Amino acid sequence: MSDDNLVEIKDLDFAYDDRPILKGISMQIPRGKVVAIMGGSGCGKTTLLRLIGGQLKPSRGEVLVDGLSVPKLRHDELYDLRRRMGMLFQFGALFTDISVFDNVAYQMREHTDLPEELIRDLVLLKLNAVGLRGADQLMPAELSGGMARRVALARAISLDPMLIMYDEPFAGLDPISLGVIGQLIRKLNDALGATSIMVTHDIQESLQIVDYIYFMSDGKVVAMGTPDEIRASQHPFVHQFVFAQADGPVPFHYPAKPLVEELLGKAAHERA
Amino acid sequence: MSEPKHGAWSTVVAMVTHLGHRVTSALQQLGFVARFFVVLLLSSGQSFRRIHLTIRELYFSGFQSLLIIMVSGLFIGMVLGMQGYETLQRYGSADALGVLVALSLVRELGPVVAGLLFASRAGSAITAEIGLMKATEQLTAMDMMAVNPIGRVVAPRFWGGVISMPLLAALFSVAGIFGGYLIGVVFIGVDEGAFWSQMGASVDFYHDIWSGIIKSFVFGIAVSLIAVFEGYDAVPTAEGVSSSIKSTVVQSALAILALDFVLTSFMLREA
Repeated sequence: MSDDNLVEIKDLDFAYDDRPILKGISMQIPRGKVVAIMGGSGCGKTTLLRLIGGQLKPSRGEVLVDGLSVPKLRHDELYDLRRRMGMLFQFGALFTDISVFDNVAYQMREHTDLPEELIRDLVLLKLNAVGLRGADQLMPAELSGGMARRVALARAISLDPMLIMYDEPFAGLDPISLGVIGQLIRKLNDALGATSIMVTHDIQESLQIVDYIYFMSDGKVVAMGTPDEIRASQHPFVHQFVFAQADGPVPFHYPAKPLVEELLGKAAHERA
Repeated sequence: MSEPKHGAWSTVVAMVTHLGHRVTSALQQLGFVARFFVVLLLSSGQSFRRIHLTIRELYFSGFQSLLIIMVSGLFIGMVLGMQGYETLQRYGSADALGVLVALSLVRELGPVVAGLLFASRAGSAITAEIGLMKATEQLTAMDMMAVNPIGRVVAPRFWGGVISMPLLAALFSVAGIFGGYLIGVVFIGVDEGAFWSQMGASVDFYHDIWSGIIKSFVFGIAVSLIAVFEGYDAVPTAEGVSSSIKSTVVQSALAILALDFVLTSFMLREA
């Protein structure tokens, strides 16, 4: 494995029972970069994140994070690795029974012996970085969707991780919150010297902040490139995605019988 | 004429197949619970090293169930006082009212009714909380933060329940005996000295009180295990969590009554 890549995925297969989800995926995520994995809903993007985080095991292939083969790690080794990873979940997944402050302090209290005064300063710095220092005593239920996402981001970076994973960071946000989260992802990545992997289907926002994009469809990587290459790409799938066309290589219709046959019977369809 | 026969035969086959499926899936579920229990015990160190985690759960499942337990105990004791007096005075042994109230509560009603109330008050709340934490990805988030959700969330709730249950059952019996005293001595006028002295002479620590404590401890383990397992195993949707809460209450009630039968038969045989 090249030292320049923090994450390397080689020829990865994954199936839920008999249903194949990922088919021969290969990717390289270079250190210090923000990489987006894009594709329609249900193409296996989130599954890929879970494989990188070691929550699922592949049926074939290799996932290397910082030189370690994730599927082969023992439980304690996996937990050691996860302490150096941060993950932002689609809807934040904040702990609803404790305050914003305690959410951000959670990992520091669980994994370090830092004195409470130092934890307080660190938490306030993290919250300041996402612009919510003033909201530290609120409960998660009192936050708007965008604020909750920012708190979850502060929590994900609380132990200064080397790798930050984002699962649909833009889903369900208003345009302002969306822009804020996008800028934060880029700035925090650069300030922490981390590497970020972002799973999303928000093409316009992603093109502005990421260094590299992988496109996935039906469990395979179908295209890749820098934002400029993607904008200029003539690849039909990328074209459909970038210009949000309803029909193309990704069909509008879920597989079904022809409409005439469904409504009027087989004989009518044959006559037609 | 062979058609209806064929139909009946396939119905029988379908029924047997269905029964077989039910049995294998029940066995499989039992295996899951057993494995879960072992993992839970292995991950329990934290619940005692960081005792404040368990104390918090003691507060939620134990302390907050106090009111319903004490009030129910009082009413059950008052009913026992009335019914017991009604029966005993026919045989001229109304003085034995204290014994009847105390033995029924300490041996049976205390552990069983307190267990049933505990399952519906605290067990359902534990299942709902863990199930919703799962549905909102909080448990996954915890696991991704290298914090074991079984050690951090499940085990303290389990031990909180196991410790609370015998205490609640004991308080239930105390409230019930007070209720029996209120009705028997204060309202009906049974002799107070006979009420207490007969109770004191007839209730044996080992056979009566100790067996009640053992029962409530076993019920505490059963209810807490069912509650945390159902929550952890819940299908992560609104419907799934609601069905898990229902299972917790139903299975706990059945487990308490079945275990009570088994324990009582062993205890009476020993005596």
